Amino acid sequence: MANIAAGTVRDVAGDNRSGLTKFMQRKSTIAFLMALPLLVLIFSLVAYPAGYAVYLAMLNKGMTRFVGFANFTFLFSRETFWMVVWQSCLFAITAVMFKAIIGFIVAHFVHNIPSKGQRKWRGMLLVPWVIPPAMSTLSWLWLFDPSYSAFNWLLQPLGIGPIPWIGETGWARFSVILVNVWIGAPFFMIMYLAALKSVPEQLYEAAAIDGATWWQRIWFVTLPMMRNIIAITALFSTIVTFANFDIVRVLTKGDPLNTTHVFATWAFRIGIEGNDIPLGATVSLFMVPILAVAAVFILRDITKRGSEV
Amino acid sequence: MAQVTLRKLVKMYDEVQAVRGIDLDIADKEFIVLVGPSGCGKSTTLRMIAGLEEINSGDIAIGGHIVNDVPPKDRDIAMVFQNYALYPHMNVYENMSFGLKLKRTPKDVIDGRVKQAAQILDITELLDRKPKQLSGGQRQRVAMGRAIVRDPKVFLFDEPLSNLDAKLRVQMRTEIKKVHQKVRTTTVYVTHDQVEAMTLADRVVVMNAGLIEQVGTPNELYHTPATKFVAGFIGSPAMNFLKCSLEQAAGALRVRVSDTLSFPVPADRTQRYTPHVGKANLLLGLRPEHITETRRHTEPNQHDFDMKIDVVEPMGMETLVYFSVGGVELCGRVNPNAGAAEATSMKLLADLNNMHLIDDATGKVL
Amino acid sequence: MTDTAIRAGAAGPKYGSMSRDRRWALRWSYFFLVLFAIFFLTPPIYMFITSLKTSAEISAEINPWWVFNPTLGNYIELLTQDTFLRFFRNSAIVSILVVTITMAISVVAAFALARMKFWGSATLATGVFLTYLIPETLLFIPLFKMFAWVNETLGIQLMNNWWTMIILYPTLTVPFCTWIMIGYFASIPKELDEAALIDGATWTQTLTKIFIPVALPGIIAATIFAFTVSWAQFLYPLAFTTSTSELVLPVGIVTTLIKGDVFNWGQIMAGALLGAAPPLIIYAFLMDYYIAGLTAGATKG
Repeated sequence: MANIAAGTVRDVAGDNRSGLTKFMQRKSTIAFLMALPLLVLIFSLVAYPAGYAVYLAMLNKGMTRFVGFANFTFLFSRETFWMVVWQSCLFAITAVMFKAIIGFIVAHFVHNIPSKGQRKWRGMLLVPWVIPPAMSTLSWLWLFDPSYSAFNWLLQPLGIGPIPWIGETGWARFSVILVNVWIGAPFFMIMYLAALKSVPEQLYEAAAIDGATWWQRIWFVTLPMMRNIIAITALFSTIVTFANFDIVRVLTKGDPLNTTHVFATWAFRIGIEGNDIPLGATVSLFMVPILAVAAVFILRDITKRGSEV
Repeated sequence: MAQVTLRKLVKMYDEVQAVRGIDLDIADKEFIVLVGPSGCGKSTTLRMIAGLEEINSGDIAIGGHIVNDVPPKDRDIAMVFQNYALYPHMNVYENMSFGLKLKRTPKDVIDGRVKQAAQILDITELLDRKPKQLSGGQRQRVAMGRAIVRDPKVFLFDEPLSNLDAKLRVQMRTEIKKVHQKVRTTTVYVTHDQVEAMTLADRVVVMNAGLIEQVGTPNELYHTPATKFVAGFIGSPAMNFLKCSLEQAAGALRVRVSDTLSFPVPADRTQRYTPHVGKANLLLGLRPEHITETRRHTEPNQHDFDMKIDVVEPMGMETLVYFSVGGVELCGRVNPNAGAAEATSMKLLADLNNMHLIDDATGKVL
Repeated sequence: MTDTAIRAGAAGPKYGSMSRDRRWALRWSYFFLVLFAIFFLTPPIYMFITSLKTSAEISAEINPWWVFNPTLGNYIELLTQDTFLRFFRNSAIVSILVVTITMAISVVAAFALARMKFWGSATLATGVFLTYLIPETLLFIPLFKMFAWVNETLGIQLMNNWWTMIILYPTLTVPFCTWIMIGYFASIPKELDEAALIDGATWTQTLTKIFIPVALPGIIAATIFAFTVSWAQFLYPLAFTTSTSELVLPVGIVTTLIKGDVFNWGQIMAGALLGAAPPLIIYAFLMDYYIAGLTAGATKG
């Protein structure tokens, strides 16, 4: 019987109801005002500069003339630029990969031990993430010191070295990645640990009854259940690693011979230290494509989760 | 003086109509229960009375004043939520007094009212506990206490018992009824549980798909449902519906449910049903409690028939038997000692005094 | 029936081997955890070791992993030095003010976005998150130019001033803090603000009397996040401040303590350790909140 066509009463919907409507409208106004400081901050100090960077990238060095894509074509013709592209990608991809793997392994071991001791271990293993990167990189710089390297002192009796940790391109690249992995792996560990805790114990029991080995349990139960967290953590980390500045700046300053520069440090060198703001802006803009791709994936995940709520 | 009146109330969410124009008069001191399946618009209706949802058209009046545009706090209502919505960082006393404090009620007045409400609900010794330290039933009481303290014109309950376990639910049901008898405040209560509706209500409002199906006392709804929906919704196990046809033979009517099975219609209904003879889409509605084992003394209009029993479910005080007629599974309630056994034939008794004839095309009970 | 019962009994000894497997798994876990702990803790420990050494001991040809003549000289020297105390003061003021500003902006905005809903609020919430994904390394060059422009037109010198950081750092902290506060506020049942609404609370009262107390763990987590980010920020102060008196701690240590070729490593390490101390201390006492804030970004919302 309840088959009145939907929408028959719609016409009356527009009729004027002052009080509650006004109350609701006032609510929106208040809400907007409450969010206004946030908006001002984001627009003036994030959105505007981001757009301004594009404009800056199209000016000449003295910022007196619009030169279109000249800065870009100039960069394309420089060997250093391609080296920076190569090093940035190598740095980000390798570092994120190792952070993810080490983070996963460590999270697994922490998850394995009795829960009473987990807090202690977790607390200890997260320390690298807590120390300001510029500060901890200093200690690595000292550990890598060309003449007093404590690592080389340990390796010497084994007949290895002395290793030019930051003096030679190959080793320097390795060192920069090592420090990044050292700082970032604990973050992955924490995220994975949180994810591991959320996998229901019954699934493992069911898998054990089905006769799965520990390896199969990881492959068929743990990994699929954690897929979301793994993906989003890796994406976050890709953004942060790709845009990294502190480590390279403190450890090598891009040396030897600019071979360890990433976009951020090279842009700093050119734009601030070299006083060529447009070219520096151009360099930093090359981070955008990768960041945009990662952001799109993260957003997709977030809106997906949002619609599940 | 706090009757609640709904007139042609409409609520739409985007294109979907949640409430499609309902009228309802709730008398002062009355306990009204809105019941229906999820998505029927009962909660939306309650929230519109509370002022938590804007109404698209129609009017709501509380105590004779139209409150369409009045914000919730000025409607003089109190609401008990499904998850209680107790403020987790405040203790019970603070939870109950929060509303009064915001109204700048004098401290001694607040204190008196809180203590009194606590006494009514027997939670005096819990006043300085935090919600986390309370059991589900205690939280429920505090939520009611918060409502009572405000001494509102209307109590609104939004499925307040559905988070409790079965045993506690029965206990709190009685509690709510007792509280209502003490404070005699007009109450609108929403639930999807028809047992709750039947046991609590002065009058029950059955809603379906945004419309009111029927308003009536629990007994009216049970004995004289107006629609097929109400007939099927009220009562558990649900009423059996069987495709049937009416046959006229020698001044009497027979309702035929299969080639082999038909029953004579009680004489007092002959006149009422005669216009429907030969109609298609007729349904015979018969509650499980009206299909029993055969008795030594049968009343008039009780007729026995043989059936092969498919499933037997002993419940203790009674036994449910399931059998099928024309591919439709039917349920009967028999005495545990009647010897019902699966896959055997049994003589059952249908009580046609309580039959309902339904026009399936309109959904109306004839 | 009895057959299966007997078989279950026969599985007894096998059960024992299971627990032996578990014991071995546990041993391996501890073994590798120790290994990883060594990897993760070596730099800070070495930092500490070096900070206790004299310059003479550092340059001597002896085991660098041990302190033979421990001294607090490096710390004393640093803490009596005006420049270092100045760095510390700058960092402390900047961080505390940034945390205050951040929490004020983001809690209020998150409440508006999570609960009050206005036109475009959902888009804005996503936008806030997007801003968090824009790294500061993309913004420092245009900001550099913008500051010059501000100086030319308004006469306000933003360059080479420590308090400029108070304006800049919120761009790093506010988006993420707003985002996690939206997550925390969204997890508060809707009935709670409806109950407050019926109780007669205004929006401000709902925020201050209900939401802030209930979401306190989230607020603490966000506060910790804001503090650690502003304390550790390196790029902005490096780009925008140069005078010794205007530097904050991380930049101050990196640029002034490393003097040309004369590496005074004992002092550098002492400085770095002091620079790392505030976040480490907060972490030690509020670890659970710290971790909650860390995981909130990806697991909440």
